[in-house]
Amino acid sequence: MDLKKTVRKLTGRSEFYILLVFIALCLLIEVRSHQFFTPNNIVDLLSALVVPGIFAIGEFMVIVSGGFDVSFPALASLTGFAVTKLLLNMDYQGGVWLPILMTLAIGGLLGAFNGLFIGYFELPAMIVTLGSSSVFKGFMQGTLNSKQLATIPVGMRNFGTSALFVAQNKQSGLTSRMPTTFIALVVVLVLAWFLLNRTMFGRGIYASGGNAVSAHRAGFNVKRTRFLMFVFVGMISALAGMCRVCMMQQMHPTNMLGMEMNIIAGVVLGGTAIVGGSGTLFGCMLGTALIVVVENSMILIGIPTVWKDVFVGALIVLGTGLSAMQVTRAQKASLRNVRKEAAK
Amino acid sequence: MSDYLLKAVDINKSFAGVKALQGVSLEIKPGEIHCLAGENGCGKSTLIKVISGVYQPDSGYIEFDGKRYSQITPLGAIAMGIQVIYQDFSIFPNLTVMENLAFNTELAAGHKLVNRKRMRKIAEEALSKINFDMELDRLVGSLTVAEKQMVAICRALMFNAKLIIMDEPTTALTKKEVSALFEIILKLKAQGIAILFVSHKLNEVFEISERFTIFRSGKLIVTGDTRELDDKKFSFYMTGREFENEKFKPSFESQGNVLEVKNLSLTGAFEDISFGLRRGEILGITGLLDSGRTELALALFGIRQATGGQILKDGSAVTIKSPRDAIACGIGFVPEDRLSEGLFLPRSIGDNIIISEIDRLTKGPSVLDRKACQAEIDKWVRELAIATPDPNNASSTLSGGNQQRIVLAKWLACKPDILILNGPTVGVDIGSKHDIHKILQRLADQGMAVIIISDDLPEVLENCSDLIVMKGGRIVATLDPGETDENTVLSHMM
Repeated sequence: MDLKKTVRKLTGRSEFYILLVFIALCLLIEVRSHQFFTPNNIVDLLSALVVPGIFAIGEFMVIVSGGFDVSFPALASLTGFAVTKLLLNMDYQGGVWLPILMTLAIGGLLGAFNGLFIGYFELPAMIVTLGSSSVFKGFMQGTLNSKQLATIPVGMRNFGTSALFVAQNKQSGLTSRMPTTFIALVVVLVLAWFLLNRTMFGRGIYASGGNAVSAHRAGFNVKRTRFLMFVFVGMISALAGMCRVCMMQQMHPTNMLGMEMNIIAGVVLGGTAIVGGSGTLFGCMLGTALIVVVENSMILIGIPTVWKDVFVGALIVLGTGLSAMQVTRAQKASLRNVRKEAAK
Repeated sequence: MSDYLLKAVDINKSFAGVKALQGVSLEIKPGEIHCLAGENGCGKSTLIKVISGVYQPDSGYIEFDGKRYSQITPLGAIAMGIQVIYQDFSIFPNLTVMENLAFNTELAAGHKLVNRKRMRKIAEEALSKINFDMELDRLVGSLTVAEKQMVAICRALMFNAKLIIMDEPTTALTKKEVSALFEIILKLKAQGIAILFVSHKLNEVFEISERFTIFRSGKLIVTGDTRELDDKKFSFYMTGREFENEKFKPSFESQGNVLEVKNLSLTGAFEDISFGLRRGEILGITGLLDSGRTELALALFGIRQATGGQILKDGSAVTIKSPRDAIACGIGFVPEDRLSEGLFLPRSIGDNIIISEIDRLTKGPSVLDRKACQAEIDKWVRELAIATPDPNNASSTLSGGNQQRIVLAKWLACKPDILILNGPTVGVDIGSKHDIHKILQRLADQGMAVIIISDDLPEVLENCSDLIVMKGGRIVATLDPGETDENTVLSHMM
């Protein structure tokens, strides 16, 4: 009975299906290429997950609260450019802590700009972030007169190139470095998990995503919750941008623009309800990882990179569609069971 | 100490110059079940919000438990022991029962971190207050409406509530669930909790309340013991009008059936349904929720496809496979849930009226004729007395009764031969209900054939020339409404 219950609980969640798809895809790539489950490939994938992963965590919070944030690439670019340029001008020679603190401060400030309009003026997040995205971009390109910065301060470069460990593929001899920035992903993930699941603030994000009016009546300060959440999201997104700059060892102002769609797709693929209120960080990471794997591993099974977008697109449609269908079916089945029990 | 738990005295409240409450007063004794009634827009909800601190009154004061307050905040009201159960229950469908039950207490206590053990204890305690059993880890979204309501009630009890205000708590409940709710209310009363029960349903007011107060247009009309109230007085207090309840007698002379249904079946829903309908007649179809009455209506309008039998229009067989087919046959359909199936709520009243005849209001190929549209809109707003300052306003700005008139207007504009209405007056206030009945009778007298599907027995008995009772997907009785009564119909239904 308990086993049945557990199975029903599992099959009622879309993360379960995404996990199945994820495992299936990994196995398929392994069977075709024998290169998937090699230490260097896995480290490569984890390394590729760092930036999208951190972005996804921020986006996840926004979607759970019932909105969409499309401004994070612009926010991250502006922050990254401003910090790098400022430090270059100062001829900064110190470690990575000052850049990170500056990133968090500027990111939080820009996030507060979003949060002010979305939280306190109660405007739709999608509209506000579409607008602020242009504002951030324009500010970076116009006011700061952004150009590609070919060098970055030494502290940032060291942070981006240092490795936690190096994995080697014994057969091919190829090596991959596990970047130190991976720690950033883990730290953000742990903090976000704690915030969302173990604080009333986080439950307030879920509650206001489910029903904002009820959340207000229950005693949540919905406006402040949304405002603060966008401050956090701004900090998280800016940190992802900083990791990107450090890992690329240069600041390319438009490099991150356009990432928002795949990030949103990954979060939704992971079972986060687009209407807000439900989803788990586990699913969010899983969906993002799935997209990262597809983007990086198509080449391993002999699919030309030009087809990559088609694959990612098909995955999004099929993945979200199938899991949505399965979940509805499972819920209907459990409703039927409830009715049957009631009829007894 | 006064005898009253709550006294709201001489409350005035205006919104942008519109007087929502004009010097109203309300008195509730401890442990009393008090019913607040009135039509839509009479100020009931405004007063609730004043009592619960959501709105501040322009003047007047509130006395609670012997203390006088001129201003109440939402948190203050909760601290005083006032709890409101809103129509939508204010729950979180995406969270578990446990979180729904415990959030308010946790927030009121100012806890910043989540402690699942403590929350579970709070939730269990809440459920035990009314001896209710429920899995705490279930998502509230997967519960039935009645269960959601129980969650809301249990949550309200967590704050040593002295007064619980229920805003139209029975709207979405079945008869069985309503009696379960009433049992709970009596249990609460036994614990000394006063209940303010907001409703505009007559039978509920009689069944549950000891005293009542009726508002109309923001003014207090009457307050007193429910025992001294009867149907007639109740309707009069609510609407300010006297209704003469005339039984419908068809006056339109016609020969031959405009619609004939022969052995119509839909597997799993209904079987072997046959009846005939002449112009000028109003046919009532009644039965319990699972009797197949709704499916029959849907099949006649082509939303569901009948699996057997025949439909004859003016003597010749027709196939109705989609709503388009049905409209082409001259059949109009007013659905049960007008909000989701009958209206484009955010669109204007005018747009909603002309939508089903939009193909005809054109000049040249497919270009809308604005003038013809406007003329049509004006005509129906006048004809059906839709109360709106401007037909360009969104349909959602209207009361239930007026929305139902729009749905009617929409179909009448297509000039159907047969109009099918499923629950035409569900959630409509008494005055509008009466007006809608008058409109339907007038339409029949002008030669339309009307089918009313409803479980509101007085409604079908009063307005129909024939009555079919369905049970378990079959017709179990065909009655003459002039010669039967509610109990006879009920005995066939059950």
